[in-house]
Amino acid sequence: MSVTLKDTDSAGTSGAAAGGPVDAAVEPGRTLTRGRLVLRRFLRNRLALVGMVAIASLYAMAFLSPLFAPWDHQQQDYTAFLRPPGGNHWFGTTQIGEDVFAQTMRGLQKSLTIGLLVGVISTALASLVGATAGYFGGWVDRILMWLVDLLLVLPSFLIISIASPAFRGKSWLLFVVLLALFGWMITARIVRGMTMTLKEREFVKAARFMGQSPLRIILRHIVPNMASLLIIDATVNVGAAVLAETGLSYFGFGVQPPDVSLGTLIATGTRAAFTFPWMFLFAGGFLVLTVLSVNWVGDGLRDALDPTSTRARRREPRRRRAGATASAAPSAAPATTSSAKPSTTPSDRPQSTDGSAG
Amino acid sequence: MAGFLLRRLANYVVLCLVATFLAFTLASLTFDPLAKLNERNPPPPASTIEAKRRDLRLDEPVPQRFVIWMSGVVRGDFGSTVTDQPISAELGRRVGVSLRLFLLGTILGVSLGVVVGVVSAVRQYRFSDYFATLFSFLVLSTPVFLVGTLLKFGALRLNETVGVTVLYFTGETDPSFQGGWIAALLDRLRHLVLPTLAIALHQIAYYSRYQRSAMLDVLGSDFLRTAQAKGLTRRKALFKHGLRTALIPMATLFAFGFGLLVTGGVFTERIFSWFGMGDWLVYGVEQQDTNIVATVTLFVAVLVLVSGWLSDVLYAALDPRVRV
Repeated sequence: MSVTLKDTDSAGTSGAAAGGPVDAAVEPGRTLTRGRLVLRRFLRNRLALVGMVAIASLYAMAFLSPLFAPWDHQQQDYTAFLRPPGGNHWFGTTQIGEDVFAQTMRGLQKSLTIGLLVGVISTALASLVGATAGYFGGWVDRILMWLVDLLLVLPSFLIISIASPAFRGKSWLLFVVLLALFGWMITARIVRGMTMTLKEREFVKAARFMGQSPLRIILRHIVPNMASLLIIDATVNVGAAVLAETGLSYFGFGVQPPDVSLGTLIATGTRAAFTFPWMFLFAGGFLVLTVLSVNWVGDGLRDALDPTSTRARRREPRRRRAGATASAAPSAAPATTSSAKPSTTPSDRPQSTDGSAG
Repeated sequence: MAGFLLRRLANYVVLCLVATFLAFTLASLTFDPLAKLNERNPPPPASTIEAKRRDLRLDEPVPQRFVIWMSGVVRGDFGSTVTDQPISAELGRRVGVSLRLFLLGTILGVSLGVVVGVVSAVRQYRFSDYFATLFSFLVLSTPVFLVGTLLKFGALRLNETVGVTVLYFTGETDPSFQGGWIAALLDRLRHLVLPTLAIALHQIAYYSRYQRSAMLDVLGSDFLRTAQAKGLTRRKALFKHGLRTALIPMATLFAFGFGLLVTGGVFTERIFSWFGMGDWLVYGVEQQDTNIVATVTLFVAVLVLVSGWLSDVLYAALDPRVRV
């Protein structure tokens, strides 16, 4: 990521919002829309680009490969048991002659679908709950944040595994709903913090004095102003959802047979991991590749959409941080509303409200 | 400040109780503890099933069952499993096993994570920084059950190359082991290495990412420049003024990292056959045992409570603004 920030434009100075104008000056004589600016920043980040291409090809592979692959995922080849990779079993076969490639692709399909659905749903939920808490304040805020605290005390893994007997034998969509229900808390905290500052802005006040309903204000004025953060968080949440899904499926608490996901495949493969490594290595490799590329894309999106999210930029950084940012650091202690600082578009960023290094 | 910490503590205790109640209720609603009995062949007489049903108080309302269970917990009695084993008898050993793993993992993870984060921030865009970044991206994208299996794989290779079993990967101790306490300690240590590593790697990656960006924030700040302008050496300024400020966001992160740790612990214990609390949770769900699951939830909630409260204390210690 290479926004050409001047050296003097270092941290601490609360007006480090020069990202937009400076960037626009890179190419004079041509109007630069925000969309094009973001796209250009994103394309400059090589790892993010690699991640994007990887995800696109993973999706394509998972959903298109059944069209040309030699074997179906349920088909059994009675002439080849526990065959190592090679021939027309590209990833080898299992004990009962199932084709590992076809199974891995099938699992990848399910994991990718669940990850995408859960990421999007949980982020939508987070934005609604967080914005409601921040906008109304008072008792609503206290109750909702208490709920967030409660769900953080109870790891979602624990709840879903306890609930798993209830959806055994039912549709995997129920599992998606559960994963989404327990994956929104941290994002909601950040959204709440941003809403509290947005609430004081003129356009929100104007809407309120014009008599618009709170729901409309939240949906039309507050949530769209956090689009950058929500896009980034949705991406990060997709990665987290894939990990949560595979983890639960690993124990048989998630996707149930006859459905397969990368988690169930790894679980069955692990039992014979030392003698027949191909049964779990491919599924594992695809899982790591998926989450890694999602994280890289999230990272690149953050750089592209939200270049002011880090105040300290001494030189031209190319990439900064892992899947989760410090600006997205959950604030457990009461005095850290600062971690949810408003970081809207670079040009119209309000005064810096963070208190840590100021 | 004492008032602040006490208020937080009270809040956490209430959270803990509600969390346990929720888990208990959820488990009571979804589990069917009689399923194993009903599946038995030949089927047991109806009176046996009826007796079991009465034993487990399945006909009573859930809140009442929770109150009965909780009043037992207060007296130190955690009830019994579906198979009539007293939970309290096994609880101590399992808690010990899990705590050993969690504590070592946390200490190793937090300290190494902070060091790695600080080093890569101070030496930004050098090789070490890129390497640390790549490492943490990779580890954060690899679920614990894969890390664990790969570690097992590596240990197997290592043992084969050396010719003797250097590192064990099943159980927390060798059941047939005999010898003095030094040898016993060594034996436990050799069992401990891999699981601790499996759990700590994630923590290191997780904390180092945050520590790096927190440290970068501080590195460009005015007060650090001022400190150096006043004549402090860079090293002294970095440690006395920089690191302390950069540790503040870490304190709040600590409470959240713990949930991650507990979930990782479940996988680690299962993979390395440690019979701790995480293993018990999986067993409890498989056996559809409400009391086991509720006990594990209480344990997890207390752990998160303690870590949350600790992070409040740390926060207050690091950030003078909280103390006024």
